[in-house]
Amino acid sequence: MRMTTSDEDLARAAAAGDAAAFSTLLERHYDRLFALCFRLTGVRAEAEDLTQDICLALPAKLAGFRGNARLTTWLYRVAVNAAHDRRRRHATHRRASEGWGDWELARQSEIAEGREAMDWLTRAMRRLPADLRDTLALVFDDLTHAEAAQVLGISEGTVSWRISEARKHLRALHTEEPST
Amino acid sequence: MTADRSDLDRLRAALDAASRGREPERRGETLRVAAENFRALQESRDPVRPTPATRPLGIWQGARTMLKTLTTRGGLTATTALVACGLLFVTPMGQDLWRRGPAEITERSAGNTAMPQDEAAGRQTNDAPTIAAVPPEVDGGAMSEPKLAAESMALAPSPVPGNIGIAAGSMADSVALPAPDTETFANADENPLRITAENPVSTFSIDVDTASWAVVRNSLMQGYLPPREAVRVEEMINYFPYDYPAPEAGGAPFRPTVSVVQTPWNPDTRLVHIALQGQMPEIAARPDLNLVFLIDTSGSMEDPAKLPLLKQSFRLMLDQLRPEDQVSIVTYAGSAGEVLPPTPASDRSAILKALANLSAGGSTNGQGGLQQAYDTAARMSESGEVTRVILATDGDFNVGLSDPQALTDYIAEQRDSGTYLSVLGFGRGNLDDATMQALAQNGNGTAAYIDTLSEAQKVLVDQLTGALFPIADDVKVQIEFNPAVVAEYRLIGYETRALNREDFNNDRVDAGELGAGLSVTAIYEITPVGSPARLSDPLRYAAPEPVAEDTELGFLKLRWKAPGADTSQLMETPIPASQTDGQTDGQPGDDALFAIAIAGFGQLLRGSDWTGDWGYAQAIDLAAAHRGTDPFGYRTEAVQLMRLAQSLSSN
Repeated sequence: MRMTTSDEDLARAAAAGDAAAFSTLLERHYDRLFALCFRLTGVRAEAEDLTQDICLALPAKLAGFRGNARLTTWLYRVAVNAAHDRRRRHATHRRASEGWGDWELARQSEIAEGREAMDWLTRAMRRLPADLRDTLALVFDDLTHAEAAQVLGISEGTVSWRISEARKHLRALHTEEPST
Repeated sequence: MTADRSDLDRLRAALDAASRGREPERRGETLRVAAENFRALQESRDPVRPTPATRPLGIWQGARTMLKTLTTRGGLTATTALVACGLLFVTPMGQDLWRRGPAEITERSAGNTAMPQDEAAGRQTNDAPTIAAVPPEVDGGAMSEPKLAAESMALAPSPVPGNIGIAAGSMADSVALPAPDTETFANADENPLRITAENPVSTFSIDVDTASWAVVRNSLMQGYLPPREAVRVEEMINYFPYDYPAPEAGGAPFRPTVSVVQTPWNPDTRLVHIALQGQMPEIAARPDLNLVFLIDTSGSMEDPAKLPLLKQSFRLMLDQLRPEDQVSIVTYAGSAGEVLPPTPASDRSAILKALANLSAGGSTNGQGGLQQAYDTAARMSESGEVTRVILATDGDFNVGLSDPQALTDYIAEQRDSGTYLSVLGFGRGNLDDATMQALAQNGNGTAAYIDTLSEAQKVLVDQLTGALFPIADDVKVQIEFNPAVVAEYRLIGYETRALNREDFNNDRVDAGELGAGLSVTAIYEITPVGSPARLSDPLRYAAPEPVAEDTELGFLKLRWKAPGADTSQLMETPIPASQTDGQTDGQPGDDALFAIAIAGFGQLLRGSDWTGDWGYAQAIDLAAAHRGTDPFGYRTEAVQLMRLAQSLSSN
């Protein structure tokens, strides 16, 4: 019975304190959320951490969910914002870390790890600026441009522009490696 | 040819495939902890919930509830961010603001409106194969350095310049939020068309900077056309070594060569190509060098394309020095400090160790650093030696510089002490090209932008002599066009180097320096009298034509000072009107025509009106046909970049 309850009803019940509704909701959306986080970060471990961050903060965040938006739209907005926060924290942490030596060692090990996985996907993802990546992450989830615009808090035209920018980046990647 | 659509589809499919096969433990753990969080939150919230749980809260009631909840909960899990989010979200207008706090919104929008220049796209590596020959230095103090060197060398043999794919390998983190772009560029509007009858005299200072070309290249490699203000045509032209006729020994330190050729983009105008070739003094007789490396170690320099590349670049240069040369290193971040007192270049290990120990952090006190560097330079200089401060920075001066004018004034003052200043720019994102230009132009020095190790090789190894040893100071060029032959003219490039007519004879007015063996090229587009391309109608009531010989197209005057001298010398030469077709003194015109192709390319990048229907395809043909011997491959690289620009501009 509960499985057929709409996302929005579940969310409202959860916001009202129904623990079972909350668990069901999370259960239902975890996979899709993880897939989104993966597209946002492009790195599996990052995506897992990000998904966890979002899930753990969700109980508190649910209080802000208004029933008149689609839950997925709302959830995606939470996810995109969390991804932003995470990137920023990451950058700040890196800046604050002691000395260039530590940072360089970390960088080298990252490079070593990444070299095997340095396939087209990784390069493509790294090539894309964060805002374009965010946009693609949403559009690849079959969101319409209008929905993606709503999640990102930007205009629909900006979404379309970003997608065409992303295409240019990918095309440039082609130019550099004619073999692919 | 792969269609656009399939690029996106391919990325999507790859992402889908890669995101499958998750680990169930992690999922279970996350769901369990989230449920615990939920319970903990409910327990803390229950006592204050004022309304039946099933009814959605009204907007204002919701806000009140939120506030109450938060105040009673105190320091539990709530953060101020949550307060902000909650309040913003429940107000009707707050929908968009929900994304982030107000402060962050400004930051974001700055990032959005800025040039789409992605810091995180990393640096390009178009190292020429020659780099691979650089032996990795191993010494005790440089644990991480050799690894970095090895890394770059592994990347080096790429046949395609600027393969972005490998650039990803040197990226520290793919997830860092690109910093808002704060690049500024020094440029001015294109020189306007001048009517010879009204303004027969054109005056400018030479410019041997090459920074603009490297910035243009860096942009194109990242997949963007460069911002128009980053394109300084004269710096693009002067990036390339030309083999102009060299001056005779014992005469002036440089030799001018003038040729007049057909304008490729306009059949009815001509281009006057003026080349100055500096002499190459006997290397063995060069004076000893005192170098003060002034290195920006502020936090913004930690990018792999900045401090690490800088270290490698200086190591390359160290091999070019002689044992008698003195090196000192001054760093500046929040505070300035001398990390290496003046040390003979023979003490390599001490210098390398000091270099390896540099690390980035803190804000940028550029002024303090410069003062310290000049103090050090003053201690080192002895008569007969060349003293130079080499400032390496991303140009981001953000501390201690209350007034940019005060800084340039300070440098201009130091210039009179005989110390030269060169500026090397690193990295993109907050490259302050405008400040770099201002510093180098006021400090009797050159500005170069180093984006790859091969560029470091060009600037600091191949052309080090030219970069460090001036043969002529304050070189000024003045041309008087003959109105009987030339109706209109315009100078291509040199917008930031224009001088007033009276500045030419004023020795107190600063101008550019010419380094040993370097050449400078300037190109005018002229409209001959009677040409259908003439844009301005002749005046009916103009004063009668002066006694003008129509055998001369114009009169070229050059002023320069011997290095360190106070008074200038003058060189004058007429430009014969008959001189045409790029043949000068029997020399084939490859150099001149290649320079013209680059001038055209620069104008295309600037979106100039003057090139008409002449486009990238024609520029590419012209450049490719006149590559000449091209021993270092710079011109071949240029043609490839032009092709890239052609593709990018057609998008």
